[in-house]
Amino acid sequence: MEFALSEDQVALQESVRAFLEGSAPLDKVRLAADGDAAVRDEIADGLAELGVPLTLIPEAHGGLGLSLLDAALVQEMLARYVAPAPFTAPAAMAVVGLATAGSAEQQAAWLQRIAAGDARFAVAVSERTGARENAAVHARDGELSGKAMFVLDAGGATHVLAAAGDGRLHVVAAGAPGVAIQSLPTIDRTRDVAEVVFDGAAAEALGEGDAAVVDRVVRVGRVLLAADTLGAAQRMLDDSVAYAKERKQFNRVIGSFQAVKHMCAEMAAEIEPARALVWHAAHAMESDPAEGPLLADLAKAHLAEVGTFVARTATEVHGGMGFTDLLGLHYWFKRIGLNRQLLGSPERVREDAARLQGWVGQHGA
Amino acid sequence: MLVPTLLELGTEEQKQRWIAPTLRGEVIWCQGYSEPGAGSDLASLKTSAVIDGDDYVINGQKIWTSTAKDAHMIFCLVRTEPEAKKHQGISYLIFSMDTPGIEVRPLVDMTGTAGFNEVFFTDVRVPRSQIVGKPGEGWMVANATLTHERGMLGNPNQAQERLVAIAELMQEETIDGQRLIDNPIYRDRLVKLQARVYAMQANGLRVTTSRLKRESPGLAGLIVKLQGCELNHQLAALAIDALGELGALYGKSPYLRDGGSWQFRYMFDLGLIIGGGTGQTQKNTIGEPGLGLPREPKPAAV
Repeated sequence: MEFALSEDQVALQESVRAFLEGSAPLDKVRLAADGDAAVRDEIADGLAELGVPLTLIPEAHGGLGLSLLDAALVQEMLARYVAPAPFTAPAAMAVVGLATAGSAEQQAAWLQRIAAGDARFAVAVSERTGARENAAVHARDGELSGKAMFVLDAGGATHVLAAAGDGRLHVVAAGAPGVAIQSLPTIDRTRDVAEVVFDGAAAEALGEGDAAVVDRVVRVGRVLLAADTLGAAQRMLDDSVAYAKERKQFNRVIGSFQAVKHMCAEMAAEIEPARALVWHAAHAMESDPAEGPLLADLAKAHLAEVGTFVARTATEVHGGMGFTDLLGLHYWFKRIGLNRQLLGSPERVREDAARLQGWVGQHGA
Repeated sequence: MLVPTLLELGTEEQKQRWIAPTLRGEVIWCQGYSEPGAGSDLASLKTSAVIDGDDYVINGQKIWTSTAKDAHMIFCLVRTEPEAKKHQGISYLIFSMDTPGIEVRPLVDMTGTAGFNEVFFTDVRVPRSQIVGKPGEGWMVANATLTHERGMLGNPNQAQERLVAIAELMQEETIDGQRLIDNPIYRDRLVKLQARVYAMQANGLRVTTSRLKRESPGLAGLIVKLQGCELNHQLAALAIDALGELGALYGKSPYLRDGGSWQFRYMFDLGLIIGGGTGQTQKNTIGEPGLGLPREPKPAAV
């Protein structure tokens, strides 16, 4: 068994990297984070030209038909540049949801519209990983009512893919009557999270209803959030090492002090195995039905911990500068911070992992 | 560890004579590197080998020599050129543990057993042909061995075995009638460590793939010893904590769980964390060759 990226995968990551390096420098990210829609569109258009939104769409429907590992590699690169570009929900969770739950006709209709750039989905499944503020969505007679929170990639979405109490996924047009979308600003302004209130909104239910579909969509999201944290953490380490080689105090570069060097080494020691875990989880979600969901949960929870450690350690390596807005390191800190909370914080996700293994309350007290 | 070193740097005669019997398990080796005054700063070693005719005559002391009691042979670092700079005066010799003048004393450690030994050399005569590499190049030869050692300590398969054993233990053992696994805090610790075990296993597969392709595994290889030994230690700690008072039983006590092995492993792991390059020297290795950070400047000579 070979455990490595293929040449194609390395090339895919490199093409995304090269585009972002040239077209999404931090000053543009700042503009986008401050609400400059033109800059967001420019970056989204460039990624679309590369085919990024097509990654997981089957070739029969106009996509690239690549694997979840490929999608994770793209997500990793987006995070490396804190790209203000929706990918997790529209290009991965929604595509997997539509392709898994939709009838043949629904798959053809929706996936082709996504591939053509005519539809972009936000995804509302957060109630599955913990409902807050009485959030709940109910389906009745082809209509949705109720509230969904922490809807991912809602800004600019044309449609919402929403999980309802009936265990099914439903497609709702974002601009339809009875749909109210309100942004929920988070620490991370490079991505949009929203609350969506449905009030008798017309909805198209996908397929016949299979409860496992929503779990699969959640786990695809967890793998990609783990990959996002991996990319952000790797960047924070790279920046720390570069800074430690350049910044001088006491007439020495600070990277020659073991106190600083060891912080960098500890970050690398945490990141390397985490990278292998993300690859393994993304691959297993498609190749190993027995282990895939468990690996997705372990990857999400573990990357949340590794990311948190790297985010604070890298900030410390940068000293006072790490704390400033001037350097912009906080964009990566916040990206990692949001990933940790979304689709289940680590303790919650580990409880899911324990449940998958029959370790929760079967013979218990 | 010795076999890859001989393959890389041994003479044809050394390869013919030692590799096959060693792989068959007929020849057991021990490693004579560390000395009382040369631990992390291994290159400051003092055991001397002086040429006398066709022989080297060895005097000095080694420590932390595992399996020295059972070993047939030793691969040993000695100082052959006391006037040379410290890294350049070292040679790498292989010789029989039956050679006259060798005394092995077991070193009892915190586990109560003697996994390591001290080895004393008094006028030990070794033919000059039993050098690996050239005189004065022993440091380079030793580094080849240490690279292989870093890959072996921290083996993720051992962590996987411990994980499975602890998961079973936690489903069988009860405290106040409650299974250990039903305590959400122990359960969370178990899953947290499980993620680390899976990550180290995947990392191990990645390292193996690189080696098979004759590519350098880079950082993924450099971190194995540091992370793997620590992970094993934390797994043992969880088993002990989950067992409560039973976790403290040791030796021949009744009610021992798993033969008292969790406490033994918890302590022995500390030896592995320190041996083969301490955690701190591992971080220097990750930081310097791994990440390209500069070395600590040398202080003025004292």
